[in-house]
Amino acid sequence: MTDDYEHYEAVVVGAGPGGAAAAVQLANNGVETLVLERGVESGSKNVSGGLIYAEESAPYTIDGLFPEFRAAASERPVTNYYLHNVAGERVKTFDVTPLHEHDTEWSDAVLRRKMDSWLEQRVHEETRETGGGLLTGVRVNGLLREGGEIVGVTCDELEPITADLIVAADGVNSELARDAGLMDWEEPDEWFQGVKAVVDMPAGAVEERFDIDEDEGVAHLFSGDLFEGARGGGFLYTNESTLSIGTVFHLDSIVDESVEPQQLLDRLLTHPLLAQWLGDDYTELEYGAKLVPDSKKVANPSPHRGRLLLVGDAAGQMQAQGPIIKGMNHAVTAGALAAEAFVEARSRGDPTDAGERYEHKLESEGVMAKLRPRRYELAATLGENDTVTSITDSLLQSPLGRIGVRAADKLGVLDWGYTSPFLAMMMPDTRTPYVTMPRVIAEELGTRVTDESTVEPPALDERIGDLTYDVDDPHIELVDESYEASGAAVTACPVSAEDFGGGCYRAETIQTNGSTERVVSLDTQPCVECGTCAVVAETDWDHPPGGKGVEFKQG
Amino acid sequence: MHSVVLTKGVPDFREGQVSFDEDGHLERGDTPTVMNPNDKFALRAALQTKVRHGGRVSLASMGPPGYKEILQEGMRDVYADDLYLLSDREMGAADTWATAMTLATGIDQFEEEPDLLFAGFKTADGETGHTGPQTAWCLDWPTITHVVAFEVDETERTIRAKRLVEGDVSEIETVEAPLPAFVVTDPEFEASYRTARERLRYKDFRAETQERAAAYEDHLTVWDHEDLNLDPDYIGLDGSPTIVAGVDPIPKAPSEREATMVDPDEMDPVFEELQPFAGAD
Repeated sequence: MTDDYEHYEAVVVGAGPGGAAAAVQLANNGVETLVLERGVESGSKNVSGGLIYAEESAPYTIDGLFPEFRAAASERPVTNYYLHNVAGERVKTFDVTPLHEHDTEWSDAVLRRKMDSWLEQRVHEETRETGGGLLTGVRVNGLLREGGEIVGVTCDELEPITADLIVAADGVNSELARDAGLMDWEEPDEWFQGVKAVVDMPAGAVEERFDIDEDEGVAHLFSGDLFEGARGGGFLYTNESTLSIGTVFHLDSIVDESVEPQQLLDRLLTHPLLAQWLGDDYTELEYGAKLVPDSKKVANPSPHRGRLLLVGDAAGQMQAQGPIIKGMNHAVTAGALAAEAFVEARSRGDPTDAGERYEHKLESEGVMAKLRPRRYELAATLGENDTVTSITDSLLQSPLGRIGVRAADKLGVLDWGYTSPFLAMMMPDTRTPYVTMPRVIAEELGTRVTDESTVEPPALDERIGDLTYDVDDPHIELVDESYEASGAAVTACPVSAEDFGGGCYRAETIQTNGSTERVVSLDTQPCVECGTCAVVAETDWDHPPGGKGVEFKQG
Repeated sequence: MHSVVLTKGVPDFREGQVSFDEDGHLERGDTPTVMNPNDKFALRAALQTKVRHGGRVSLASMGPPGYKEILQEGMRDVYADDLYLLSDREMGAADTWATAMTLATGIDQFEEEPDLLFAGFKTADGETGHTGPQTAWCLDWPTITHVVAFEVDETERTIRAKRLVEGDVSEIETVEAPLPAFVVTDPEFEASYRTARERLRYKDFRAETQERAAAYEDHLTVWDHEDLNLDPDYIGLDGSPTIVAGVDPIPKAPSEREATMVDPDEMDPVFEELQPFAGAD
């Protein structure tokens, strides 16, 4: 029956860095490759913090696969990296450049629309040579099966397509990974949520305010008490003529603390420490959001089923451990390894063996060890429980703990601790390293910032108003509208808020038969497709059709 | 498959482009001339034929030398392999009949006989809708109007088209005709590409045609009445049985409406008043 359908040797779903790497590597090996991207252009559906790394230990890098990449598609290299511990207006800064440079060949800030649309052109040219090519505006909505076996994909816009290899590089909300039962959207503690503002800078201001040359760039990280106790931190990266400023929090923490992500971003933007960089003329170009898988918990050690291989966020391959935030580089490596696995399997006459080979390569090339470090798993069993957290937190905040912090600073232990990749890998996901420790350090060792911030970030309705949407029918269905089941979405959704009527989720009190009930209502028009509500609320979550929904111009 | 698409330059009636004098007469000098918007549907139909069946798309017009840019616009914005402009003074001031005669002679002149002739649903200025069907009459080809979708059977040499029949209740009528045939696309026409291979070919063709449009004159053929062996008495003003007797100005639009911002707080009493009537109860 499926014989009547179009057939390609390989179909790659999603044209981000993972999909691009897979596609170009397949094309280089003469595999007829079709790439399907649901955005109007690659990058229009993507948001990232924005640093891409080339690791010394990795078998593949983006500029290895796309030689002109750094000159054409990225912003500035990160030449200095700082971590700021914040307690009120007191700040203690550490230079963590050595940690950043560990295993790093280079690292550049990127804006995804520019980066991915550049990749799109290269990928189309390369894959077209094989008889395939890249199509935008096509949403793959599921797997095509025959006799229970995965044989291809189904799309909103095209007839079903069969393939010998299906690479799902369709992002954090991968519909293919879920269709195959390889990922779910169940537990908030398996995810982070990031929100970001891209801020315009006047000509020459990036160089002047950050004291850097044209070919230099800076990364700043922020942690401490500026985020209402939510576990996570902030970042600022310099682009060519803009800044990427954002926050990333554990999603369970956002839910538990009932914090509004966009307000936490505003707390960072308006902190006096940032006044020196933002000046008096704050212009926000774009507000965006993204769900981030926590690879320590969800990186799938066996990300394949039959002909389907998962790559990048779709496989949970996003490493976020304290100050180490790496995703795109792992997606690139995984994409190229998936291609390599298929090419080998095909040459040995058994293309169905690609999945096993891919899994083996992820292990042997050290990718899995980075995504799910053994040291973290051991430390987590010891350190990630409430009793240990409250004991360490109480101790840190006690006079004795504070003396310890001061002594550690004198001995240089803090500098060492903050630049140790060994320690970063075992950092527990508790409030101790994110909130308590930075706050105590800033209180004991920090200096007061004297600048005053004049930054007035746009209100949420303005941020939504500035985004571009091609609105379609609702693509998310609220399955349970009770506040108990879905109320968390009202605060956690980055384009919704309590007492705000113009967002996605809204809480309402309705009267029924004399009693009152709190319910949640949903309007998907301003949706930024981050997927947060799929985890924190009871929804039936799909992407909009190809070319529809939000269109990021910066990303 | 060889498809020929007929087009015409018309004033750009879009807001901000068009200019009228005090009496409501169109100011041609101040209004840019563009490809008749409806003709782009016809060109998209021809492109769909090429994507599905291969072959060639020729875009043709009769008009002054400035129409070269109208042809370029079609090549750039949609698609064309080659462009044909039927142009000289003898053809000037033609009515729809003389234009149709000239166009039909031009189509007869193609080395490769067209399989399909496409036109858009009436021009934005004349709005007669006569030229296309009269051209088909001259060629003695079957005519299918208001086409919203169609398929070509190359083996049987037939076209099967869905046409929109508007009435109290709009209907879709399916008709079949032998090739060669003349097709008028409806503004509701939408090209449909349901396979990846079609979409990839479409993408290739779009990229190629944009590149070609940058040097469009390399792909342009201009024919005058001698090239077409046409008797000047039967074309242009002399060959036109009708003349435009007068032009009435377009009536001014009704008085402008004003929107007033309302303070949302002021609406609260209104909502409260209406509250009891709201809801399913």
